[in-house]
Amino acid sequence: MIPLIEARGLVRIYEIRKGPFSRPQPVRAVDDLSLSVMPGETVGIVGESGSGKSTLGRMLLGIDRAQAGEVIFDGRQMPPLHSQQWRALRAKMQLVYQDPLAALDRRLTISAQIGEPLDIHGIGSKEERKERVRELMGAVGLRPDQAGRYPHELSGGQRQRAVIARALAARPSLLICDEPVSALDVSIQAQVVNMLRDLQEQNGIAMVFISHDLKVVRNIADRVAVMYLGKIVEEGSSDTIFQFPRHPYTKALVSSVPVPGKRLQGRVILQGEPPNPAARPSGCAFHPRCPLATDICRTRTPELRRIETGRTAACHLLANDLAVAA
Amino acid sequence: MSTQTPNLVELRDLKVAFDGVQVLHGINLDVAHGDALGLVGESGCGKSVTWLAALGLLPGKASVTGSVRLGGMELSTAPRPVLEKVRGKRIAMIFQDPSSSLNPVLRIGRQITEALAIHRGLTGEAARAEALRLMDMVGIPDPRRRFDQYSHEFSGGQCQRLMIAIALAGEPDLLIADEPTTALDATIQAQILDLLAELKRETGMALVFISHDLGAVSQVCESVCVMYAGRIVEQGTVDQLFSEPRHPYTRGLFDAIPRLHGTRERLIPIPGTVPNPRELPRGCAFSPRCPKASNFCHTNSPRLLLQPDGSSLACVHPVEVAGTGAGKARIFEEVMQ
Repeated sequence: MIPLIEARGLVRIYEIRKGPFSRPQPVRAVDDLSLSVMPGETVGIVGESGSGKSTLGRMLLGIDRAQAGEVIFDGRQMPPLHSQQWRALRAKMQLVYQDPLAALDRRLTISAQIGEPLDIHGIGSKEERKERVRELMGAVGLRPDQAGRYPHELSGGQRQRAVIARALAARPSLLICDEPVSALDVSIQAQVVNMLRDLQEQNGIAMVFISHDLKVVRNIADRVAVMYLGKIVEEGSSDTIFQFPRHPYTKALVSSVPVPGKRLQGRVILQGEPPNPAARPSGCAFHPRCPLATDICRTRTPELRRIETGRTAACHLLANDLAVAA
Repeated sequence: MSTQTPNLVELRDLKVAFDGVQVLHGINLDVAHGDALGLVGESGCGKSVTWLAALGLLPGKASVTGSVRLGGMELSTAPRPVLEKVRGKRIAMIFQDPSSSLNPVLRIGRQITEALAIHRGLTGEAARAEALRLMDMVGIPDPRRRFDQYSHEFSGGQCQRLMIAIALAGEPDLLIADEPTTALDATIQAQILDLLAELKRETGMALVFISHDLGAVSQVCESVCVMYAGRIVEQGTVDQLFSEPRHPYTRGLFDAIPRLHGTRERLIPIPGTVPNPRELPRGCAFSPRCPKASNFCHTNSPRLLLQPDGSSLACVHPVEVAGTGAGKARIFEEVMQ
């Protein structure tokens, strides 16, 4: 089976200026990253702010252009941004953001917005579109009488349902969700996560699920990639990666998740600040915060390589079989 | 909840209404010296409003009734100058978004010394020395160099540390932390929780920790209050509530948390949403979402009653104590770890 979408050696460099007269500094948001997603598979992307998760999501859709590397969708190279072919392809891949209020147009009713992709891509007759909107609203758990509501008349959870219904309208084969439940209360979050899982299973949609919340990712993704400063540092099945993390960074992430009833004592609290992509450390980018860093970590960048079946990691200590003590 | 020692803060029948819509329905809450109390519940349950009302920080259109006593002094009727001596000095508060609480055009050192001048009358070199000590205490590396920097030169986690430093400037008896870690990355959140627990140990101040994250609350608090639709529905120690949640709402909050380990299961959401305060359901406000609700629940509002084990509960059909459900065992397992 060929991957639905495949990213090869993606690089994205932003230029930032500290002041109006200072020289622009390159910021490597995504740095030589490769990732593939099979049809119907859910891949979770986790990492701290500034690790390049969102940039990666945008690059997979072709919204952010890659400076190097390529994105292959369904066996074909991603057409250039705003081209005719790209617009046509966008029906097949959709994006769901964190803030549903910002993603919705305040002056349109939600049924109009859910039907908008159908209008844009010219799918179906007027009657069929109406029927499809009704069907979508039912699928995401919105009541028919809410069709004429405006975004501000809905709760946060309902708005996110509307955004998801809109993303599903054109029957995409890929859904990219960028922190879709982070702004929701835990009770509502569970509703939306269950719904996403059901919809995905019913329609066989592949999904890239970007989140900083390990618990949510573990419960929705089949495979998880952990990002640190624009690179994937560990990748593996969601059943094992959080249970037996191998990379020191993944270990620290897992350990920082507060578990109800579990006290602070005995947890590995990662010291230091989240990484600044504008000042990338030499060698392994994680070495200044890594409790196990050695000389080689400060000078040489570790390659992402297979460390066990279905698991890759970028760490010198793992590659040299000096397995990190649990 | 013992009545022997005088409590630091006592809220009695605190009610708040905005434009005639009641959002807080009589809160009774005690905070003892050195206590660490967590306040949990979904957004819109009145967690923040409770403390904003207690400190007189709500806008003028809010009508607040009830009593707020701080060490025997009544605050609800106190004139403004008295309140201003309390706020920031005896009771300090930190908020979710540190970068919007700091002044972007003032140097950090100046913002800390300002608080020191107001609350402790320190000026000049003494204030500077104390500010450097506070910055060091909250874990800002190299405080001397960073004293003259602006807030944008600090990361989100460091801004929250600075907010805590400013809050500590008045040597408060009580620190109210309103979702202090919600906007931070998990690794930084763990650092801030660690810092709060450590500061509490060192200074002996009381802490009220407002959060929707049950995990975070259990890291720093000894007792927990669960709020729903402007009422306290369950109250007890962390151990009581986390091993045996009695209120179906508390139980629902636990069940909704996705598990990091174990087999991948369907999540268990609480159906529906928090009711709009304008259209509160009759009877128990949670009854429309409650799996155990009976006809009685739809017509009668339960009172918060003291239980034999010292906890309090407002429910007529609580979750069984000796429950055999798999969910209970699961929560218990994690407490035991």
